[in-house]
Amino acid sequence: METVTIHDITVNDLDWTIAYQPELCTLCGSCVAACTFNAIEVTAQARTTTFSETAFPKPQKKRQTRPVIRQKASLTDRCVGCGMCEKICPNHAIHPVFNPHSRKNFISSRQGPPRQGGRSNLNRQRTLDSIVIGRISQMTDPALDSERHTFDLCAPLGRVLAPSDLPLSVEGDSLRLVASVPPVRWIYPLLFSDMSIGALSTRAWEAIALAVSYLNEECHLPVRMSSGEGGMPLKLLTSDKLQYMIIQIASGHFGWNRIVRALPFMRTDPAGILIKIGQGAKPGDGGLLPSNKVGPHIQAIRGVPKTTLHSPANHQGLYSIEESVQKMHLSLNAAFGFRVPVAIKCAASATSVAVYNNLLRDPYHICGGFFLDGIQGGTGAAHTVSLDHTGHPIVSKIRDCYQAAVRQGLQGQIPLWAGGGIGMTGQAAADAFKMICLGANGVFIGKLLLQLLGCVGDEYGRCNQCNTGRCPTGICTQDYRLMQRLDIDTAAENIVRYVLTFDAELKKLLAPVGNSSLPVGRSDALLSWDADIAAKLGIQYAC
Amino acid sequence: MCRIGAIKSKEAVPPKLALELMLPQQEGHDNSGFAMTMQDIEGVFTHYKDKPLLSMACTVKGVQLVNEYMELHGFVQIAQWVPDVVKDASLDIQAMPRYVFRNYEYPEIYRYRSQKEREDLLLDTRLALRSLLEEEDNGYVYSFWPDVLTIKEIGDPSDIATYFHLWDDSSLLLAKNIVVQCRQNTNYDIVRYAAHPFFLQGYTLCANGENTFFTKNKEFQASLHRGYMGFESDSQTFLYSLHYVLHEQKWPILYYKHIITPLPFDEIQRRKDSSVLMLLRESLANLEINGPNAIIGMLPDGTMINCCDAKKLRPVVVGRTDSMAVIASEVCGLNSILPHRDTSFDIYPGERELITIDNDLEITRWKQ
Repeated sequence: METVTIHDITVNDLDWTIAYQPELCTLCGSCVAACTFNAIEVTAQARTTTFSETAFPKPQKKRQTRPVIRQKASLTDRCVGCGMCEKICPNHAIHPVFNPHSRKNFISSRQGPPRQGGRSNLNRQRTLDSIVIGRISQMTDPALDSERHTFDLCAPLGRVLAPSDLPLSVEGDSLRLVASVPPVRWIYPLLFSDMSIGALSTRAWEAIALAVSYLNEECHLPVRMSSGEGGMPLKLLTSDKLQYMIIQIASGHFGWNRIVRALPFMRTDPAGILIKIGQGAKPGDGGLLPSNKVGPHIQAIRGVPKTTLHSPANHQGLYSIEESVQKMHLSLNAAFGFRVPVAIKCAASATSVAVYNNLLRDPYHICGGFFLDGIQGGTGAAHTVSLDHTGHPIVSKIRDCYQAAVRQGLQGQIPLWAGGGIGMTGQAAADAFKMICLGANGVFIGKLLLQLLGCVGDEYGRCNQCNTGRCPTGICTQDYRLMQRLDIDTAAENIVRYVLTFDAELKKLLAPVGNSSLPVGRSDALLSWDADIAAKLGIQYAC
Repeated sequence: MCRIGAIKSKEAVPPKLALELMLPQQEGHDNSGFAMTMQDIEGVFTHYKDKPLLSMACTVKGVQLVNEYMELHGFVQIAQWVPDVVKDASLDIQAMPRYVFRNYEYPEIYRYRSQKEREDLLLDTRLALRSLLEEEDNGYVYSFWPDVLTIKEIGDPSDIATYFHLWDDSSLLLAKNIVVQCRQNTNYDIVRYAAHPFFLQGYTLCANGENTFFTKNKEFQASLHRGYMGFESDSQTFLYSLHYVLHEQKWPILYYKHIITPLPFDEIQRRKDSSVLMLLRESLANLEINGPNAIIGMLPDGTMINCCDAKKLRPVVVGRTDSMAVIASEVCGLNSILPHRDTSFDIYPGERELITIDNDLEITRWKQ
């Protein structure tokens, strides 16, 4: 029996294998040139052919050496299933195939803890898909017409005061405001989540920003976008477009030197400030920008050398919620003259209700929003083990927070924004509607935006190489050649069209329940096929 | 769906008039019950207008329980009207064994107490009696307030009226203000408390239509005030919001409309008072109603109010003569009791209007 070196890596040990049909291949080489992962190569293959040219077989032997395309059996240069080869092949001669017998997880740790981007590939459960909108207006009240009625779809960002705390005085038949109140912005209930310039290519970030401008100025939808950690171009900081931006500050404080210096030159206030404590995809971890993505322009924006930028797990100096309120919230509020709402984003956790309770009871009334990010959120880079095994589902957590507020009569005072897996199936409007009925004021999306831009990654293990700097779609890379693959205008248009569809679909869901404004906390509109989910969320069970 | 109505008259009128207002609108309700709140009462109660009047339907044991409670807490009964009922088995009425309408004197220690303390006492007493009677299903307390009487019963309104002799012009029971409706069958359980009008500390309210934001309203109101309870009907929340705006916050009446049917954001932005309206919309988002509703309210001073939902999905009309103003879901009700009024003065309130009718029958149309 022949000896086999079983520890050698073969193609079948990897997550994706290349299906290649040499008889269709014209050997143009485009697939090899397009593969950013260097997973395929042109090589020569020797073939010995036996043939006969006469009616009565006279076997002859011919030995030929032919160029072919071959997949590399390499962990570092492995195929990730992005399918760029298939996209570029003029003859349908090549495509990746998912390999269910992959041994990658058993061999990849040879190179240290595996990292990736995208979403968890392990937690694909969809609570929201076992919930339907079951309270439909029939004879008790008229359903609305989603195309004829007017709808008032805005969600608050900012600290909402209890009615007993409103500084109003009666003057004749009118009320008058007699003191200042915390700023509250009413924005579209779909918020573009925080993805930094750095995590995203400048072109991808620009496409999202362009879509936001268009949605506001041409479609009159007050959509807002969070900058992500890492600052923004000075030109944007000092332009009118800043009003659409929510500037993020995370534990690395990247980009804030430039932001603070730009303060005197800002022509308008930003839409908000978002303090990022954590994110759902990798709770407990700080942001991570591998050095291969820290291009010269990223170094300039962030004011850093070319090195891996790993934000600390915690904001330095914050040891409690009270400190967070008094230090960060207060100083950021003060920096913008108490005119800009300051909100906080946390990874959903078993502790979220405790955090929310503390923020609700804060005597300064200074937290303008509680953003909760669930385990199904995406990321630009994380350890796979964190992505797959840490975090908390968002649906029940938002409900827990809302119900905790209801028990105290404080619902609505700190707006709840939910993210982490919203729009995973492509139908963000249904997800948003259900989350709103459960108590969220609005939802935020990140990964979905990338998918609209053209990202091919998914939660079934396709691509998810946002951390490598070799994003094949030019979205999560700082390589100028790859960035050119992304057409900014088309990408922005895709987002705009999606949001317009989202808007139409949201109305299509509001109309049959008879509502023209957002049914925040209207849990009676929902029911679940699953008794356990119904019991946990406090909604009707139906079968 | 209910049909709702209200009569405001310079001269006290009998309940018969309220029945004549409602019965022509029968196509819009189902004759499943009758409920009426009278304010500024004459007849047998003429001399006790400042004494709290308890309206209650209960069992014999319920009467005993109430007697004991009231005695223990220092209330002294000073008058009682026991309706002379017609016990005819052919009448469609699910009558309770006892109907109690009694005036009490405040407990001695309340002689010099403030108006607010007295109001709180009356509310707490009503809630305590309600709880006491609920323990063993011994009856219902509808109102406990000076110069306010409430009758509610399950059955055919005509028969209920016959049972209580309400068809008679006996002048035993008269009032200048009556709020009325003829339906007991709610979307939820058939409970006497679920029938409008609802009452809380001098505020009375009738509403029709599904309250699609009932869950939101209820969850918020439950922690706002101890009197905001029960929630047997999704329309009770309209009363509690009215009480909250006027009694608790002491805001002008128009803000009730601003809170239950806020203006769209873009309209608010264009207004001079946008800062106030935005604050109210933000802070009281959970009191918004977003379904099809018409609302009739009666305030402690006798002022009647009327408004609709923001899409005007429920009808309502206001008509008047020199001596009487009437609100009804349908104009056929007005035609029945005010046939000779000038119909060109009828008001069909718009989706952004709030109507008030004061004690001189002066009608104000407030524009939101």
